[in-house]
Amino acid sequence: MDTTLDKSIVNIDEMVLNMGPQHPSTHGVLRLKIHTDGEVVSKIEPIIGYLHRCFEKHCENLSYEQIVPFTDRCDYLASMHMDHAYSIAVEKLLDIELPERVEYIRVIIAELQRIASHLVAIGTFGLDVGAITPFTWTIRDRERVLDLFEALCGARLLYNYIWPGGVSHDLSPKFIQRTQEFLEYFETQIFEYNELLTGNKIFIERTADVGVMPADVAVNFGVTGPSLRGSGVNYDLRKTQPYSIYDKFDFNVPVGEGTMGTVGDSWDRYWVRMVEMEESIKIIRQAMASLPDGDVHAAMQKKIRPAKGDVYSRYESARGDVGIYIQSNGKNVPLRLKMRSPAFCNLSVLGEIGEGWMISDVITILGSLDIVLGEIDR
Amino acid sequence: MDVNKIFESISTIEGIVLNSEANVIMVPSASLLAVADKFKNDIDLNFDFLMCVTALDNGDSENFTIAYNFHSNKHNHSVELRVVVVDGEGVPSLASIWKTADWHEREAYDLMGIKFIGHPELKRILLPEDWEGFPLRKNYKVADYYHGVPIPKDKSYWE
Repeated sequence: MDTTLDKSIVNIDEMVLNMGPQHPSTHGVLRLKIHTDGEVVSKIEPIIGYLHRCFEKHCENLSYEQIVPFTDRCDYLASMHMDHAYSIAVEKLLDIELPERVEYIRVIIAELQRIASHLVAIGTFGLDVGAITPFTWTIRDRERVLDLFEALCGARLLYNYIWPGGVSHDLSPKFIQRTQEFLEYFETQIFEYNELLTGNKIFIERTADVGVMPADVAVNFGVTGPSLRGSGVNYDLRKTQPYSIYDKFDFNVPVGEGTMGTVGDSWDRYWVRMVEMEESIKIIRQAMASLPDGDVHAAMQKKIRPAKGDVYSRYESARGDVGIYIQSNGKNVPLRLKMRSPAFCNLSVLGEIGEGWMISDVITILGSLDIVLGEIDR
Repeated sequence: MDVNKIFESISTIEGIVLNSEANVIMVPSASLLAVADKFKNDIDLNFDFLMCVTALDNGDSENFTIAYNFHSNKHNHSVELRVVVVDGEGVPSLASIWKTADWHEREAYDLMGIKFIGHPELKRILLPEDWEGFPLRKNYKVADYYHGVPIPKDKSYWE
């Protein structure tokens, strides 16, 4: 019997499926316009902007100190990173030296934040592919990091902690003790996650070889962060262009090796985040062992008035390369502030690598890219 | 490579000027594609990353500057290019060379109203399709109504 499809009698039109804006697996208010041919996806159009809050326009009417709460709200899963990225840009513009204690505190906090952010990424990724227990575990451990931050500055999600020129509160000895306790506890937990999720046969079946992102495609689309390193590209600003005091610490940059499938598949992107948390523990331990004394407010200026000029500074956040472009005209308000958000570029690749997969695989791929809509839409 | 050496290696291209004070290379929009081609394909430059495209209003909403930040992963060097355009004139799109430019140029069009010639799909990205005006321009005035709904402008609307 001839089994080829007679296209004159069968309707083979594409079906357009709207996923989102209100959908649990789009990680926020993202709408995906998916063209499907049967169950297979032939085209994906991400439609963004539902969370646009005019961040850049607001910044043109706020003084440099007032912008920090707004940067908090860009990437709300890694607020400390956004504050840090912005503060580094302003400090570059002001050309000031920071007390060493401030730099050490910032590194400790940034790496704790990286752990907290990756925990959400890993947990929700598990949830996307059907593993519910890991999510409850990762969120439980993220709570412990949030408890630390609450003890530090009073806030659990939007910290307003890292300011241009310093940090708002000094670390207490109690905080260091609690952080040490957390790290000891957390190391055993990473082992548990690996037992539960990393080596899980169903998880590997769902993620390995799915959504392979070749290195040249990733670079061409400007993908950065763990998503890029999953494709085997060794690119981490903490190593290649060390900012703050990252050159003082000994840590490795994990890259995807295709352990379970092909280099650059969803499993590799997941695995890079997993190993990065272990590297963050290393950095925090080293920073806490050599934490110097000092006044954390010493370099802070009462009124920030940078000289005329432009600056573009880059920062490695939990999601990738944050770029802050500030144009100053010598007043206390920036003339223009542009944020290059990493998840914006990471999402743009979805249309390229998501084609040809099943709808359920698109959810896997989207989860492995770890996007935060607050930062994409700004 | 620092910016001086990068400038030297592309200095044969017409019209480019080195702004040594700000460490940026000024490129006329007619030469942008030639520079981009060299950046991408020259082995010694090899800028594989286009990090950021920033549209800047020069103050009067008549002249705009577009800043391109490039980075090479292989050589670990970066450079900034700037193109100055007059309102209404287009800039060649780099979306066919670096895919990063696709969404970044759409954003620059959406918020600043810069036209990119040769862009595959130049339409709004963050704002709704029917939005009027370009909000990041210095002369932007907030409309009174959006689809018949008054737009609040001061506290009297909600207090």
